[in-house]
Amino acid sequence: MAILEVKNICKSFGDTEVLNGVNFSMEKSEIIAVIGSSGSGKTTLLRCINFLETATEGEIWVDGECIFDAKDKRKITAEEMRKRQLNFGLVFQSFNLFPQYSVLENVTLAPKLMAKERPDYKTHKKEIFAEIEENAKELLDRVGLSDKLGSYPCELSGGQQQRVSIARALALNPKILFFDEPTSALDPEITNEILKVIKDLAKKQITMIIVTHEIEFARSVADRIIFMNEGVVLEDGTPDEVINNPKNERTKAFLSKML
Amino acid sequence: MEKWQSLFDGFGFNLLIFFGTIIAAVPLGLVITFCTMSRFKPLSYLSKLFVWIIRGTPLMLQLFVFLYGPGLLLGIPMKSRLTAAFIAFIINYAAYFSEIYRGGIESISKGQYEAGQVLGLTKRQVFSKIVLFQVIKRIVPPMGNEIITLVKDTSLVRIIGVAEIIMSAERFSKQGFIWPLFSTGLFFLAMCGLLTLLFNYIEKKLNYYHT
Ligand SMILES: Nc1ncnc2c1ncn2[C@@H]1O[C@H](COP(=O)(O)OP(=O)(O)OP(=O)(O)O)[C@@H](O)[C@H]1O
Ligand SMILES: [Mg+2]
Repeated sequence: MAILEVKNICKSFGDTEVLNGVNFSMEKSEIIAVIGSSGSGKTTLLRCINFLETATEGEIWVDGECIFDAKDKRKITAEEMRKRQLNFGLVFQSFNLFPQYSVLENVTLAPKLMAKERPDYKTHKKEIFAEIEENAKELLDRVGLSDKLGSYPCELSGGQQQRVSIARALALNPKILFFDEPTSALDPEITNEILKVIKDLAKKQITMIIVTHEIEFARSVADRIIFMNEGVVLEDGTPDEVINNPKNERTKAFLSKML
Repeated sequence: MEKWQSLFDGFGFNLLIFFGTIIAAVPLGLVITFCTMSRFKPLSYLSKLFVWIIRGTPLMLQLFVFLYGPGLLLGIPMKSRLTAAFIAFIINYAAYFSEIYRGGIESISKGQYEAGQVLGLTKRQVFSKIVLFQVIKRIVPPMGNEIITLVKDTSLVRIIGVAEIIMSAERFSKQGFIWPLFSTGLFFLAMCGLLTLLFNYIEKKLNYYHT
């Protein structure tokens, strides 16, 4: 069964139609790279799936359960909303770390707040927090920042900040981790350090959707590539199919500019 | 000696107005901010109109309005001059504070809210755990300025006959003593000096990070 199914997602801002019926699905542990020219709706698509925008039409299914249906106008509770939200993790282009918290606190903040809902929170708070911190340290170690636990975001390079934000997203064990151009706010030399982290996550079988302009990276890390154009999926296939043998003229034109 | 005593007594009123205004206007300003930023348009417009009127007219005029207004307009005379002074100051400063708060809240990037949301935080948690502290850091410097202005503004209450320090000193200048009038400046300088130190300390404390 597909872990994620996106069905006919449409989104318009006023009169501007940005997404015109996006369809795709993905399996567990799959890695999809989303490419496409500027303004084709890649960010909007990620934002719709992550509930930062409300799609005007369409449905989103996770593990065979419908978590969004534009036709369903019932008001859902904050708790239900949060449960849906936690299926996904999102790494922003501009990191959006919390400046007042240290690196470790950035990663533990959400899990600690989440832990308040556990029935054994009051009696086992110490153990729970210790476990959360242990886990956070492990994640930070995985992204190569174990020596920066007490630093503040303003003391870190862009690449380091982005690695913190990846650890922060992983700390909640999302079923699917989304990246929106994780390297485009960074210097080219630093890009590789993030791409290495993502490749490492790929080895750990983490299900990911990555919007990127790095075609070579997409080719090497992704199982599938989706090419978006004017708010629809124009091409969806293996890197070999999409990059080496594109079916569509638009895709060819885009790739010839990028490669 | 007796003259100094009289100055201290007068400054007591200045301090009373000062602390009374801070205690009431700091939270009231937040209420006004929430009204102004409310998605319920009529409330937001009403609140903006209110802030515009309060910030657009002299505090001195507002003092008169709150002293004489209730009697002339509603037929319930204001019994105490001090009460009128409190009301005018609290409302006036709450309006100014509300604008500082609003600026602080609006300066926090949308990305901070969104990062909180995708991490599963509730709206309340996003505000209390992420936004609030950043807002406080942003508003400390302008609040410091405003509060130092308040110290000096408290002398305005003399125009509705509250015997604050300058009014007390004036009695002596009529008797031919000029030094009490100049000495009032020392009180204001000392108070503002203390507040400057306090705000510098707070700013430094909050400066462990920058954005
Ligand atoms: N909040 C908004 N209001 C109005 N228009 C918007 C809004 N967000 C996005 N758009 C429009 O939607 C279109 C698609 O934007 P989007 O950011 O999804 O593109 P993108 O594929 O991510 O581009 P890029 O590669 O530059 O990041 C653009 O034309 C943009 O102007
Ligand atoms: Mg984008």
